[in-house]
Amino acid sequence: MTFEKDINIDATELRLGLPGTSEESERQASTTLRISNKRALPSVADEKQCDQETAPPTKAQVVGWPPIRSYRKNNLQTKKTEVETSGMYVKVSMDGAPYLRKVDLKIYKGYPEVLKALEDMFKFKVGKYSEREGYNGSEFVPTYEDKDGDWMLVGDVPWEMFVNSCKRLRIMKGSEARGLGCVV
Amino acid sequence: MMNYFPDEVLEHVFDFITCHKDRNSVSLVCKSWHRIERYSRRRVFIGNCYSISPERLIARFPGVKSLTLKGKPHFADFNLVPYDWGGFVYPWIKVLAETGIGLEELRLKRMVVSDESLELISKTFVNFQSLVLVSCDGFSADGLAAIAANCRFLRELDLQENEVDDHRGHWLSCFPESCTSLVSLNFACLKGEVNLGALERLVSRSPNLKSLRLNRSVPLDTLQKLLMRAPQLVDLGIGSYVHDPSSEASNKLKHAIQRCKSIMSLSGFLEVAPRCMSAIYPICGNLTTLNLSYAPGIHGNKLTKLIQHCRKLQRLWILDCIGDKGLGVVASTCKELQELRVFPSDPFGAGNDAVTEEGLVLVSAGCPKLNSLLYFCQQMTNAALITVAKNCPNFIRFRLCILDPVRPDPVTNQPLDEGFGAIVQSCKRLKRLSLSGLLTDQVFLYIGMYAEQLEMLSIAFAADSDKGMLYVLNGCKKLRKLEIRDCPFGNAALLEDVGKYETMRSLWMSSCEVTLGGCKTVAEMMPSLNVEIINESDQTEFNLDDGQKVDKMYLYRTLVGHRKDAPESVWILGDLTRSEHHEPSLNDMIQDMKLKNVSGDDDFIIWESNNFKLQGNFSVYGYNPFIFFFHPVVGLGVVASSCKELQELRVFPSAVFGAGNDVVTEEGLIRR
Repeated sequence: MTFEKDINIDATELRLGLPGTSEESERQASTTLRISNKRALPSVADEKQCDQETAPPTKAQVVGWPPIRSYRKNNLQTKKTEVETSGMYVKVSMDGAPYLRKVDLKIYKGYPEVLKALEDMFKFKVGKYSEREGYNGSEFVPTYEDKDGDWMLVGDVPWEMFVNSCKRLRIMKGSEARGLGCVV
Repeated sequence: MMNYFPDEVLEHVFDFITCHKDRNSVSLVCKSWHRIERYSRRRVFIGNCYSISPERLIARFPGVKSLTLKGKPHFADFNLVPYDWGGFVYPWIKVLAETGIGLEELRLKRMVVSDESLELISKTFVNFQSLVLVSCDGFSADGLAAIAANCRFLRELDLQENEVDDHRGHWLSCFPESCTSLVSLNFACLKGEVNLGALERLVSRSPNLKSLRLNRSVPLDTLQKLLMRAPQLVDLGIGSYVHDPSSEASNKLKHAIQRCKSIMSLSGFLEVAPRCMSAIYPICGNLTTLNLSYAPGIHGNKLTKLIQHCRKLQRLWILDCIGDKGLGVVASTCKELQELRVFPSDPFGAGNDAVTEEGLVLVSAGCPKLNSLLYFCQQMTNAALITVAKNCPNFIRFRLCILDPVRPDPVTNQPLDEGFGAIVQSCKRLKRLSLSGLLTDQVFLYIGMYAEQLEMLSIAFAADSDKGMLYVLNGCKKLRKLEIRDCPFGNAALLEDVGKYETMRSLWMSSCEVTLGGCKTVAEMMPSLNVEIINESDQTEFNLDDGQKVDKMYLYRTLVGHRKDAPESVWILGDLTRSEHHEPSLNDMIQDMKLKNVSGDDDFIIWESNNFKLQGNFSVYGYNPFIFFFHPVVGLGVVASSCKELQELRVFPSAVFGAGNDVVTEEGLIRR
């Protein structure tokens, strides 16, 4: 049955290209198969025959597919990252301390909480934070290393952004801290 | 005999008839019933806000108190409709306000709601009690503040999955101390902070509060305080649920939750630490509704353990990380289950946790009362669907979404025609159906033959030919909404029975084979339909040939003609083609236009036509230049509809001849 054969061959032959491009207008005359209007999707049959363990190739994203409300898509994606990292433990070092500690950034809701936790952990006090002057009034300054490898002052960026970019924390002391705008 | 009853008696009888369909039927019996019914109608449902006007609504139902309006087409949910397509509620509010309607309740879905609208509502309708907004946009917390501040008898403020622009939290503080009437408050979709103190006080002074859904910003300790103040809650949406199970805060929460013996519906968990779920167990036994579809943090054992406590569940919304095994737990625990929705936790990836046909079969076997399904899965087989159809003949809604849209039955490599065929044959009460997977014309034959009660059908990436669409249009007598994307349906199917569309609410076709010419024909033949072409591509590249395929077409029946608020990307067909005379097609007109710069002078453009058959002589320049100064596009519309013998058209630019807004272009002619 040619009908069946057509299904098997052409249905899985999915190509890249927007509707209305020259390739497709040629096809229109010849076939009534739905393929002529389809957007691109990688061949399913090939994927499934592959080793199941390997991650599937990223699919070309069809507009509006799968049919999930944008609201739901937007709200779920941010949470996906939460699920993948069960707890977000980062190393914390303090200048002069003999060993490092680890804290789970996920359990804190904002800067005040995490700073308090660090203060308790290392028995020190940070000064009052201001955008202009950094941590005023203490010789200890909380800093962190971000994704780019730079050392940043804790508190400048929104909390979520901080949690997502912080790789490790370092409580800097005294003179070293001056460069970050700390007034001792 | 009925004429001997005074009107008041009939009115009293009609009070017991609340369903819209029934009331519509009542109004068709005779003139006096029509009259009595229309004066006594309090609740009106309008499925398409462009099918009727507010003036006509009020003319017919002057006593309306509750209005439901729906705006954008369903596929707007999936980004297939431009954001500015339409669906504005403000014109409705304005007219209702001006005519002194005592509006008490407003329910809107997929509409654009401005802050101005909300303010107008809050200041006009003194007895306004209920505002329900679903999938709307266009408003900010300022609009909410107006509602809170001014609606003295507000009972319900229910915001479901809206995109709210601004998230300043002060709106909650705007509820005056005198406001004690709240029954339902749902702000789960707001992203910003709210004033927690104001929230606590509001809940404290709302003894009738039955439904409370919080957003992510509400922390655990506030939740605990709220529950202590409102143990009478029936429906709870938890915002943030992160705590250390061994802490004091957690103990206090457990205690507070246990006091809430009336909670039957639980949702939210927008932020959750799964190890804390045990605090919820005490109330699980009473739950009839559980929505964990925004909580990917709850999965595996924690999830199944939770579900095992929920023996009375009737409605379950869940993510596919529950897996087939988890669905097995649902099947063995939730014997009262009627509605199941399984959403993908990872819409773009393969999803190792995703569900398959196995999970669905298990649920169908264990939950015989199942009548409503939305199921996103990796794969489906005909055998599974046939089994499901046998197990659950009561489906009213059956929506299956295989994540890979053209996937055949993985076992047999066949299309899923037989599986869906079994569903429609077995489920005689089926009203809503969404298809996916590899499908040929055959499945549509089955649908046309068996789906007698079908009202809404969604089709994507299916069928082989026009026959598919024809089977459906011919067979499904009760069809109201048909939405199709990426199918090979063309003009032959579209034009077979254009009268059918008048019996339906709407038809959506995108990325199909219908052409501009086909759509124009529908518009010409059916003046009672608005035929809209949505074209988001660069206008100058769009070929205006009748043979050009249309990217998106949306048509709907209407009593009030073309809407006037369509954006540039939406063309409403039919203006130029309504006449007994042979009208040149749009294509003809464009072909005939020759753009000439006659004297080499850049200040004006002359358009000449040899073949215009439009009537009348009309020389525009010098007589009414304002048309072209300020509204060149509108002006041409006026010209086109009145000047049927037009042979020469001179269009002079306005004095401020800039790059474009005032310049007349082909679009002006096409649109009109």
